[in-house]
Amino acid sequence: MTEFAQQVVAGLASGSIYATLALAIVIIYRSTGVVNFAQGELATFTTFIAWTLVEHGVGYWGAFALTVLIAFGGGVALERVVVRPVERGPVLTVVILTIGLFIMLGGLSNWIWKAEVRSFPPNRPFPTSTWDLGGVAISKQDVGILGVTLGLVLLLYLLFQHTKIGLALRAAALNPAASRLVGVRVGWMLALGWGLAAAIGAVAGLFTAAASPPLDPNMMRPILIYAFAAAVLGGLESPVGAIIGGLTVGVLLNLVVTYDSHVHLELDRLRLPIAFLVILTVLLVRPGGLLGRVAVRRV
Amino acid sequence: MSRLAAARGAATALALVVAVAAIFLAPRWVSDIKLAQMGVYFIALLGLNIVTGYTGQISLGHSAFMAIGGYTTAILVVDHGVRDLWTIPLAGLVAGVAGFLVGLPALRLSGLYLALVTFGLAVAMPDLLRWDKLESVAKGGQAIQLFNSPALTGKGFENVDLLGHSVTFTRAVHYLTWAVALVLVVVAWLLLRGAPGRAFRAVRDSEVAATSSGVNIAAYKTLAFAISAAYAGIAGSLLVIAVAFADPQSFPAKLSLTLLVGVVVAGLGSLWGVLAGAAFIQFLPDLAVHVSKAQGVPDTVYGAALILIVLVLPTGVAGGLHRVLAPLATRLYTRS
Amino acid sequence: MALLELDGVDARYGRVQVLHGVSLSVADEEVVAVLGGNGAGKTTTLRAISGLVAQSGEIRFGDQRIGGSAPERVARLGIAHVPEGRGIFGELSVRDNLRLGAYLRRKGFAESYERVRGYFPWLEQRGEQQAGTLSGGEQQMLALARALMARPRLLLLDEPSLGLAPIVVRELFRIVGELNEREGLAVLVVEQNAKLALRSSSRAYVLETGRVAIEGPSGELAENESVRKAYLGY
Repeated sequence: MTEFAQQVVAGLASGSIYATLALAIVIIYRSTGVVNFAQGELATFTTFIAWTLVEHGVGYWGAFALTVLIAFGGGVALERVVVRPVERGPVLTVVILTIGLFIMLGGLSNWIWKAEVRSFPPNRPFPTSTWDLGGVAISKQDVGILGVTLGLVLLLYLLFQHTKIGLALRAAALNPAASRLVGVRVGWMLALGWGLAAAIGAVAGLFTAAASPPLDPNMMRPILIYAFAAAVLGGLESPVGAIIGGLTVGVLLNLVVTYDSHVHLELDRLRLPIAFLVILTVLLVRPGGLLGRVAVRRV
Repeated sequence: MSRLAAARGAATALALVVAVAAIFLAPRWVSDIKLAQMGVYFIALLGLNIVTGYTGQISLGHSAFMAIGGYTTAILVVDHGVRDLWTIPLAGLVAGVAGFLVGLPALRLSGLYLALVTFGLAVAMPDLLRWDKLESVAKGGQAIQLFNSPALTGKGFENVDLLGHSVTFTRAVHYLTWAVALVLVVVAWLLLRGAPGRAFRAVRDSEVAATSSGVNIAAYKTLAFAISAAYAGIAGSLLVIAVAFADPQSFPAKLSLTLLVGVVVAGLGSLWGVLAGAAFIQFLPDLAVHVSKAQGVPDTVYGAALILIVLVLPTGVAGGLHRVLAPLATRLYTRS
Repeated sequence: MALLELDGVDARYGRVQVLHGVSLSVADEEVVAVLGGNGAGKTTTLRAISGLVAQSGEIRFGDQRIGGSAPERVARLGIAHVPEGRGIFGELSVRDNLRLGAYLRRKGFAESYERVRGYFPWLEQRGEQQAGTLSGGEQQMLALARALMARPRLLLLDEPSLGLAPIVVRELFRIVGELNEREGLAVLVVEQNAKLALRSSSRAYVLETGRVAIEGPSGELAENESVRKAYLGY
């Protein structure tokens, strides 16, 4: 029983990281209708920037904050410079563009920082010691990460539902033409969406580096798939769904290990294929995910 | 015969002659293996172009079909002693069936979602090939060696007897790949020229209009997937024959993305640009090395190229060609 | 000086030119109608003013040149455009739609809402309802209310009667008239229903294939039988 509980706890821990990246994916999808394939590589890139800052003497938390800001600016710049020329066209063109970014940023990270072994100072961002709860070890770091993730969702919810700019963000995504007529600068709203997503992605990257050192240029590749599964499961338009989806995927993948000890299907090697199955199943059975709206497409 | 048709016929004949000549002459400047690899990309791109360019279904999963084709060949050659040449169409068939099976649920997924799902498939495939439960078939991630197998033409190092001439194994592979490529180009051209091609284009331009004209959308979309998967399977098979081994690392998800770059460079929906696309993805890493030998440089250039093309030349090489040739065609057309 | 002035305006969609040298004006507190058949370029005229379509020629609003400006800027200068098809946000609530109307107001929502509520009292109860679930007439009213939230000086109304029952249309035009009289709101209304539009406006322009065919006081145009038969179809 404690094994089960331990796996659930571990699943929640990894799940929070998937949830954070999924949150970034959802923000961009909600603001621009695009799935940003480069979200993971962008997170990696910004995490390496953070590491570089720390290497040059900036304190961890200072580097954290600075990186989030840089990521925000980078996201805005990316949208204004690279995405803007094609954003009026078909969504698929923008998606191909994000795939180009995926490839390019991955290459850049490898080029600039190379695949050396490096990690952040220990006990950052949260202490790695654990509490013991009835035989189950709960890491303070995992709790911290989960807490920050939930906090982010709360902040985003407040932003979208209770602020003027949040309303403008939603409007720009739903009906850009009508938004412009009421004076919303749609272009900047899209840029804001990218900036927010990049900032959240940076947080996801920093958490990943903390939770599974060392820091390496390919670290977000699998996480991107788990995040896609999480976002799709929760509903691509729902930030809360991203959290639920992420935690579910995390727990699911970990429980598979437990189950596997009984059936010996070596399922623990199949984490990525399982994530793929989640994506496929959800999109076929209930495309809107758990919390999203279902867009009907009939011919 | 109208002037335009005559001009087209002459151009095609000329292109064919140039192509055959190029196949024989190119090994003077470029290594056989690289040419063979370009041929592999070319075939895969031909197929991907059909499904993405013509019917507008974006697939990021074609590396998985290449893997299926490649592993079919490897298993047949090594475990069952089937002559490698015969495995090529078989690989295409198996991959084609897989493509059909993927194409069915794909019907329910629109652009973005299909891209997500097929990407997931591409990512999942290498891990699937490494799965312990498939070890009897896929050798659990270890390379399946075709080298030295009696069923492999030339066993991977001997010279091959080709119409009385003795050529190296690598040269034979080069000829084989491009011969298959030529055949597949003709097949594709016939397909796209005829009813299926028209149906594909109708589906891409407007599904609603196509349905109301009586086109069986589902059938054609699935057909496109199956055909493109078969092409990819054949490409994978040829790749495995060329390098004489098969392992999961040969078919990473990144290969799907590389193919996408090729198809975008080529220009969606045309056979002409595909050659340029294949050349691009094959030789770019070699050129990128001149910039810097560091790891990650080819990817940076690939990615930058994809971005630039999307921004600057969205219709790819084919579109560019079209813009250059269109005035010429118009003149030929209006005179007759 | 006129509030709004168009001088030799051309407009094109891609390569197709739709407006050819259109000139018209709207004075302060005036209601002007733009009439004509399908494809005459009526909607395009409004879109040219709002910056939604590529155009050349001069467009002046007050003393500002707005030809070629982005829609956001045009809105900021005090022009509210209720487009064809209403342009409301179906997935958002009625209240959110109104909030967006007041997006540019620094004083914010409450003050604008008070004024608008007077003209559309029923909006109060429907605040949380999803705008897309309103009836056609209610949506048109909502679109108008949203435009008013911005306290515009000029209202551009594109085919408000489209798809609405006559009784709803009459109510709509009544409210527009009231807005014009009480608030001094200038209105440029594009309409296919020429009779109603002429009754509600002081001047009118009739467009034909992208050009101004006839213009004049609405009363005169309405009484001129040959004009009515030739251009307005009744």
